[in-house]
Amino acid sequence: MNIQAVKVIYKYEMLRAWETLLQSFASPVISTALYFVVFGSAIGGRIERVDGVAYGSFIVPGLMMLALLTQSIANASFGIFFPKFTGTIYEVMSAPVSFMEILLGYVGAAATKSLIIGLIILATAGFFVPLEIAHPVWMCAFLLLTCISFSLFGFIIGLWAKDFEKLQLIPLLVITPLVFLGGSFYSVSMLPPTWQTVTLFNPVVYLISGFRWSFFEVSDVSVGTSLSIVLLFLGLCLLVVWWMFRTGYRLRQ
Amino acid sequence: MSSIVSVSNLSKTYAGGYRALNDVSLEIAEGEILALLGPNGAGKTTLISIVCGIVNASEGSVRVGGYDIIKDYRRTRELIGLVPQELTLGHFDTVWNTLCFSRGLFGKKPDPAYLERLLRDLSLWSKRDTEIMALSGGMKRRVLIGKALSHQPRVLFLDEPTAGVDVDLRKDMWGLVRGLRESGVTIILTTHYIEEAEEIADRVGIIADGRLILVDDKQALMQKLGRKAMIIELEQPLARVPDTLAVWGLELSGDGCQLTYTYDPRSARTGIPGLLQAISEAGLLLKDFKTTQSSLEEIFVGLVKGKA
Ligand SMILES: Nc1ncnc2c1ncn2[C@@H]1O[C@H](COP(=O)(O)OP(=O)(O)OP(=O)(O)O)[C@@H](O)[C@H]1O
Ligand SMILES: [Mg+2]
Repeated sequence: MNIQAVKVIYKYEMLRAWETLLQSFASPVISTALYFVVFGSAIGGRIERVDGVAYGSFIVPGLMMLALLTQSIANASFGIFFPKFTGTIYEVMSAPVSFMEILLGYVGAAATKSLIIGLIILATAGFFVPLEIAHPVWMCAFLLLTCISFSLFGFIIGLWAKDFEKLQLIPLLVITPLVFLGGSFYSVSMLPPTWQTVTLFNPVVYLISGFRWSFFEVSDVSVGTSLSIVLLFLGLCLLVVWWMFRTGYRLRQ
Repeated sequence: MSSIVSVSNLSKTYAGGYRALNDVSLEIAEGEILALLGPNGAGKTTLISIVCGIVNASEGSVRVGGYDIIKDYRRTRELIGLVPQELTLGHFDTVWNTLCFSRGLFGKKPDPAYLERLLRDLSLWSKRDTEIMALSGGMKRRVLIGKALSHQPRVLFLDEPTAGVDVDLRKDMWGLVRGLRESGVTIILTTHYIEEAEEIADRVGIIADGRLILVDDKQALMQKLGRKAMIIELEQPLARVPDTLAVWGLELSGDGCQLTYTYDPRSARTGIPGLLQAISEAGLLLKDFKTTQSSLEEIFVGLVKGKA
């Protein structure tokens, strides 16, 4: 195992975040704070309770997920797309590193960054609304799994994308709608029955539901189902990445 | 001598169907400097990229240090340093950070003392904390060399190391390459500058159209293919070569004042004494004469034209 290589890739990626601190950490915090002001305080004041939880608190897990998903994907996809774009990837390709080591470095760093962002948002949320976490271990597990899976997913997008436009395409056209319709701001049970069924095809619903359960013990689907779906997604991403490295997809000609 | 790099029947067809390499076989001895010459698009970079693991071969195999580049990629890649043709560098990284990154990537523990020496040798020490985008092109080229040497490779590939580099720096680069060779590093470089190959290479390989046309000792190549020319200056201009001199196949030029005689320097009888005698018998007055040896460039142009 080439530990040194994992270390330098990880360090390099973390340093990049540090140097663009404002963009990396401050902007998700600011946008989340804005959501709290708008949805939590302004609108939330007029909404009674959802599933027995005050609306301001109710949206916290969803908001965290929204940030985690977009940040994981953005960080990981950019991390691998950029060296591909500038050509500096040649060095990684000519180095004695395995695909596992490359993954550990790039995806590890992207996941770490999202984890930090998630925790910062949680702390920010604590300023605005009262928060209690019923199952901290489960909360951490969902947090970690989400960071890792979606960083992997971002890595795939970064490898696949041939230009900046494609890089933005999936996050914009797929992820953002899925997250917004995934119950960040409402409970699925508030929807008409037909839409409830449609919603169940949205994987993000399971993610948010499980995560919310770890806070308030209320959920749209059972925790076990949530966990299975997240693990399934993780496995799927791993499979795709493994295939990509094996075939040298978009890297080695 | 044992081969450190051994290329067997290597071919590469790119996804578009273009055959960039065609059945190339090549043995590179430990400690030598091999220059690969060839016109644009000949396949030089493709060959290097395959050995370094950046491009997959379509057919054939490569061994480095006795190991297969696919099966034992860790071992072979550890041995190799690559300076790519393009100036591909992270613009926001500092010189020092990018060298540390490269060293780590190749699995070596940090060694600030070695990297300092390296940067001093490359005259980059004063620039160690500078961001790469603030460096000149020649400096960037040296940063790339530094990155390639950061993990102390035993085989160094230099893909056009002196493209866009001024004369002074090119001389420095040659010095650096010779110094590396003395420390036991095997060097393979590609170049368009024939004088570069002539200056520093032990052996020269010529690639055209994806084929390795020939590989030979630089000296042997020059001798095998390099004919010599004797240029004879006359006092009085001639309208035409006298018939008595026809057997020598002379060429008249320079307003009729210059006769050029080409001959094979390897042959025991060059015919020069006989020619000089015949000239004086023809009553021509000799002003001066000199001999020249054809450069690699002329050899190269001749070869590539011949194969086309
Ligand atoms: N990624 C690629 N896809 C398709 N064709 C390619 C690719 N890379 C190179 N080629 C083609 O393969 C041929 C050999 O290219 P290569 O870069 O090896 O040449 P070269 O000898 O290094 O040329 P130069 O002296 O200009 O650097 C060229 O015709 C080029 O167009
Ligand atoms: Mg080239």
